[in-house]
Amino acid sequence: MSELTSLTLADARDGLRQKDFSAVELADAHLLAMEKARALNAYVLETPERALAMAKAADARIALGKAGPLEGIPLAVKDLFCTEAVRTTACSHILDNFVPTYDSTVTSQLWRDGAVLLGKTNNDEFAMGSSNETSYFGPVTSPWRRKGANTRLTPGGSSGGSAAAVAAHLCLGATGTDTGGSIRQPAAFTGTVGIKPTYGRVSRWGIVAFASSLDQAGPFTRTVRDAAILLRSMAGHDDKDTTCADLPVPDYEAAVGRSVKGLRIGVPKEYRLDGMPAEIEKIWEQGRAWLKAAGAELVEVSLPHTKYALPAYYIVAPAEASSNLARYDGVRYGLRETGSDIREMYEKTRAAGFGAEVRRRIMIGTYVLSAGYYDAYYLRAQKVRTLIKRDFEQVFDAGVHAILTPATPSAAFGLGEKGGADPVEMYLNDIFTVTVNMAGLPGIAVPAGLDGQGLPLGLQLIGRPFDEETLFATAEVIEQSAGRFTPKPWW
Amino acid sequence: MNAKGPSDKLIRGLTGDWEVVIGMEVHAQVASNAKLFSGASTEFGAAPNSHVSLVDAAMPGMLPVINEECVRQAIRTGLGLKAQINLRSVFDRKNYFYPDLPQGYQISQYKAPVVGEGEVVVDLDGGGSVTIGIERLHLEQDAGKSLHDRHPTMSYVDLNRSGVALMEIVSKPDLRSAEEAKAFITKLRSILRYLGTCDGDMEKGSLRADVNVSVRKPGEPLGTRCEIKNVNSIRFIGAAIEHEARRQIEIIEDGGIIEQETRLFDPGRGETRPMRSKEEAHDYRYFPDPDLLPLEFDQAYVDALAAHLPELPDARKARFVGGFGLSAYDAGVLVAERETADYFEAVAKGRDAKAAANWVINELFGRLNKEAKDIKASPVTAQQLGGLLDLIADGTISGKIAKDLFEILWTEGGDPRAIVTARGMAQVTDLGAIEKLVDEIAAQNPDKVAQARTNPKAIGWFVGQIMKSSGGKASPQAVNDILKSKLGL
Repeated sequence: MSELTSLTLADARDGLRQKDFSAVELADAHLLAMEKARALNAYVLETPERALAMAKAADARIALGKAGPLEGIPLAVKDLFCTEAVRTTACSHILDNFVPTYDSTVTSQLWRDGAVLLGKTNNDEFAMGSSNETSYFGPVTSPWRRKGANTRLTPGGSSGGSAAAVAAHLCLGATGTDTGGSIRQPAAFTGTVGIKPTYGRVSRWGIVAFASSLDQAGPFTRTVRDAAILLRSMAGHDDKDTTCADLPVPDYEAAVGRSVKGLRIGVPKEYRLDGMPAEIEKIWEQGRAWLKAAGAELVEVSLPHTKYALPAYYIVAPAEASSNLARYDGVRYGLRETGSDIREMYEKTRAAGFGAEVRRRIMIGTYVLSAGYYDAYYLRAQKVRTLIKRDFEQVFDAGVHAILTPATPSAAFGLGEKGGADPVEMYLNDIFTVTVNMAGLPGIAVPAGLDGQGLPLGLQLIGRPFDEETLFATAEVIEQSAGRFTPKPWW
Repeated sequence: MNAKGPSDKLIRGLTGDWEVVIGMEVHAQVASNAKLFSGASTEFGAAPNSHVSLVDAAMPGMLPVINEECVRQAIRTGLGLKAQINLRSVFDRKNYFYPDLPQGYQISQYKAPVVGEGEVVVDLDGGGSVTIGIERLHLEQDAGKSLHDRHPTMSYVDLNRSGVALMEIVSKPDLRSAEEAKAFITKLRSILRYLGTCDGDMEKGSLRADVNVSVRKPGEPLGTRCEIKNVNSIRFIGAAIEHEARRQIEIIEDGGIIEQETRLFDPGRGETRPMRSKEEAHDYRYFPDPDLLPLEFDQAYVDALAAHLPELPDARKARFVGGFGLSAYDAGVLVAERETADYFEAVAKGRDAKAAANWVINELFGRLNKEAKDIKASPVTAQQLGGLLDLIADGTISGKIAKDLFEILWTEGGDPRAIVTARGMAQVTDLGAIEKLVDEIAAQNPDKVAQARTNPKAIGWFVGQIMKSSGGKASPQAVNDILKSKLGL
């Protein structure tokens, strides 16, 4: 890891403005690191020529004193975001060689602010997975290893490539998407910061849809401040997404360093699971102590419908996915297998194009929406969702500013270790994160320490709708107390 | 209004009389420049796939954004149908696979449509009227078009229509004959065209209907229905119903039962045939579209639209009858098309409305029909026809000469009064000249004079002679008066 790739995004921004180094030098350093780290499989597409051209243009703007907020900052983009003239596949065979003619709203805002694209990162196919193992391009290997072992570990998923790239210093920040925990769980597994903003804070336009009512994009970075900087560029109203809120975007960076004195932080009793590893309980307790020491008031709260969140999520998300993925039919773009008639063409294309987990979720979604089952499953899940939302509303109405929970029920696991026999084993990874998507709330994962095997553990803070600022302020207190965690390069 | 019993609409079968029960789902393309959820143009007749946005082609990551104009048009239509306007409605996805359906689902409204129950009053040919209930009106996307005849083994898809806004207007099963069904669609079309919410052009597919037909013995519960899909002319709707009712009656009378199914009407053979069997029946897996918020607006918005609604056919007809003294039939004919009614009103303004109605309906319509011309393409303007009526009214020309003048206006155009002057078409009102003619003819035909004295009706012969020798220009009124006095009648 060179000096330039070890900078925080904020430091790199300041260094570029002071002309300590150029955007081209910064991009070069990262491209070199990416080349050396191909064993991690974090990127599914590297775009060196584009990166250097964008960096050159950034240098020119810096020279003219016209630097944007992210001028010259090299970023990685999850392969779920459409990028103009750059292959976008959602890591699915069915979108083989699909090259969009458009940029997602998020990426176009990043380029507007001067950012540089290094490449597209690996993810679970259509963001369906918690270990990055469902990717058509194969799994990402985490830059982290257990002490004294070389077992290949998962960086988490679905945004595994983005998390690994940030942790391994292969970019200064990356975009992710989070439908049930796909930003926060990989952030926790890789010792990085990841925030899923409030539903409607970031435009979904141009992001390959998984479950429209749950999907939300957010950043991965190595510090809380960096996440605040990146989210400001990603967020904002978009006429092209009617679910996107028409609210001004605050200067999130200004919230970093804000005191948490007097804030009421809720600790939900329902998140204390039977059989939860002692280390998770310990880090949670540690987090409470840090916040208390910083002047926050810790209160026990109850979110009684928590236990229904995961089953309800696995009805709502596949239902929406089964419909969202119907457009991948071989007719207009992507993979097409030949068939003797249209029906056979559909069947062969979709059988060949989708992986096992995606097919499973399409089947579940199709089933729960079927006539005769809709009321029992989908409608009931939506009712549960309303109850989950109400749980949070009641807690916030009682004066709680944010809620502190573990981010994941365990540290990172080995590739191939989970979900082989029973997919539910894998789904349980999202137990602390899905409720936040179901309620549409913002949630941030922040590194809090290492477990006995030397693997990162994260804490999650859940905020009031559109109050990402309190999350940044509170997360920074944890970051200051816990310190930062960087994997030792072995690749 | 619904006084007519079913007796005169029944169909005779071998086992007695049958009643046909018909309900319609009318798909009316919303008159708007852009599609329902994308900014692409709705212009008809463009080169294939030239009006297709990223949203219409369902590219990855695309999201629908509601076109407010389409919502406005749906509400206005609802108001025109005297229907309940729902201030909150929901868009749902109707899921099925077809190459001309790029998203793999159609965005429609399922459980909560924008417009609820309303009604349409339908005048029947034999006089009288029936009120047909409207169940609902909802907004939905049209699909694209599959082209199967361009390549020996492949089908092509044209997405120009993909995403165009449709209003699906569902009637209650209140129709009892093909005639009623035809009158209903005609009236509905008229209302839509008055409102300007649909151009009603059935040839271009702007208006098409799915027709649900069942039969039963009068007084019995409803029979099993068959749905005839996508019938695109009023005449075909009538023919399809006639055939389908007969078909169902024959099956039942042969001891069979009606299978609920979807059928197509083949205009060439004048019959319906099955489209897909029950085994292929779709489960559309409707659910609320998570990409779209519920459609919400307030009553003030609806009220503002209601305040600016144009006068609709029923109100206009009532005004023509009450204000102008026209017969209900004539008024009905005139208001069927907004352009016709406008034309008539321009002619009738400040003139004898009945005379204006006669001229518009008999002379103008007759001539337009003969040449298959639309009123908008009429060579005779309302101003010209009004001028012609003025010439009759002030006695300058007779009704007979007026027909000649109409012909000239039709073929050559020009100002009516100037033509009459230039061509010496004014009628002779010089009493002296007419007296002279009467005297001459009476002197030459004493037998006719004697005849007229015993039978006053024979005076007609004199009138004819005088008109003939005056070249039709003698004032018929003056001729009559003079004849009567001269012959002592």
